[in-house]
Amino acid sequence: MVVRELELDLDAFEGPFDLLLTLVLREELDLAEIDVAAIVVAFIERLAERKELDLEACGEFLVLVAALLELKARALFPDEEGELADLGPEEAAEELARRLAEYRRMKEAAAWLSERLGETRDRFFRLGPAPLAPQPDRKLAPQEAESLAAALRALAVAPPQVSLSHMALRFPPVTLFLERFRALLRKRRLFDFDSEVGGLSRVEVAVAFLALLELRKQGEIAIQQAAPFAPIRIARADVERSLPWNVRSA
Amino acid sequence: MERPLRLIAANPLDALARVVEALLVVASAPLSADELCEAADESAERVETALGLLAERYREGRSGIVLEQVAGGWAFRASRDAADACARLFERPVQRGLSQAALETAAIVAYLGPVSRPEIARIRGVAADSAVAGLVERGLIAEAGRDDGAGGAVRYRTTPLFERVFGLESLSALPRLDDLGADAEQIRERLAGVAEQRTA
Repeated sequence: MVVRELELDLDAFEGPFDLLLTLVLREELDLAEIDVAAIVVAFIERLAERKELDLEACGEFLVLVAALLELKARALFPDEEGELADLGPEEAAEELARRLAEYRRMKEAAAWLSERLGETRDRFFRLGPAPLAPQPDRKLAPQEAESLAAALRALAVAPPQVSLSHMALRFPPVTLFLERFRALLRKRRLFDFDSEVGGLSRVEVAVAFLALLELRKQGEIAIQQAAPFAPIRIARADVERSLPWNVRSA
Repeated sequence: MERPLRLIAANPLDALARVVEALLVVASAPLSADELCEAADESAERVETALGLLAERYREGRSGIVLEQVAGGWAFRASRDAADACARLFERPVQRGLSQAALETAAIVAYLGPVSRPEIARIRGVAADSAVAGLVERGLIAEAGRDDGAGGAVRYRTTPLFERVFGLESLSALPRLDDLGADAEQIRERLAGVAEQRTA
């Protein structure tokens, strides 16, 4: 019998014991939700199915369950360790007995409720909307009908239309600038990028620059800039060879 | 001339009984005797008598509607003979039953409430979060303040619906805790027995 393969069917978990341990250690499963007693019962049932007592499995199980119980006790009562540690063995037994008795009574009460539920199964009644929590009294200060009307009127006024114009980013097509630059280069051999895009919006300048890169990629132009932020100069590709700028001269 | 339909003919409380009957028909939750007195503008004594007349008229085996004293008040419900038919069309609030965890949690809240989740966990030895959430969702328990003012754990108590579902006149209709289960003395003896066996 392999303890780790013990199949469990608990309220909070269903699967092999091994997986439960893994999930608990990874803190993916809250041990406080696990009914350890049900694990013990499942183990004992499996044990009872066999004729021979599997001592090895029992030992392994005992160690694992003891560790689980300790972890769970710490999770449930993090600040109680000190309190219980102060108790002598007799007092601790007393406390344990008191708690067990309390729980036993509540189990009996639960059984009584369950029985009661069965007895009232055939009683149907009308159920209004949420008769549950007592409604708090809403005490409003006395109000003038006119001031209420004024407040409502203020609310009824349509809010001013919010302008969305700044949100419309218009992207002119790159081809527009491609054509413009090509036309320019047919007339002139050189031009200054800044002077051509002066007066355009930031977005348009960006698109114009994209067009520039595209032309360079096609090998139609040569681009020169003497230093960062210096004017960008564009020359027809065939011109560049015959008329090179000196970088230092810019 | 058409004669009015008489509920209880020739009784001086006839008119009041009809008013109480009407109030109970409109109500969606049990009405307390006080509420009935106030609405009917009558003395408690006369309303009690009228309720007695109605209870006799609307009783199990005599009428399809049964008047019952439940959840601290009076309310109409369907007779038990009609339960099967009702079940085909309607669902009781706890039709599908409650898990053991939910029943234990409900018992703790009913007996010890207002009580907080840590206290429930302490008694049951298992975290009560999901059981409490389930009972709140079903409307059987509700929040009732916090431990030691603001910042403390939320406390819970049972709702009128709880009393209604379990057919209780009030929480005092629950059996006395002392009558339930083994007492601490017995458990202590058994623990002592186990300890002796171990040392022997």
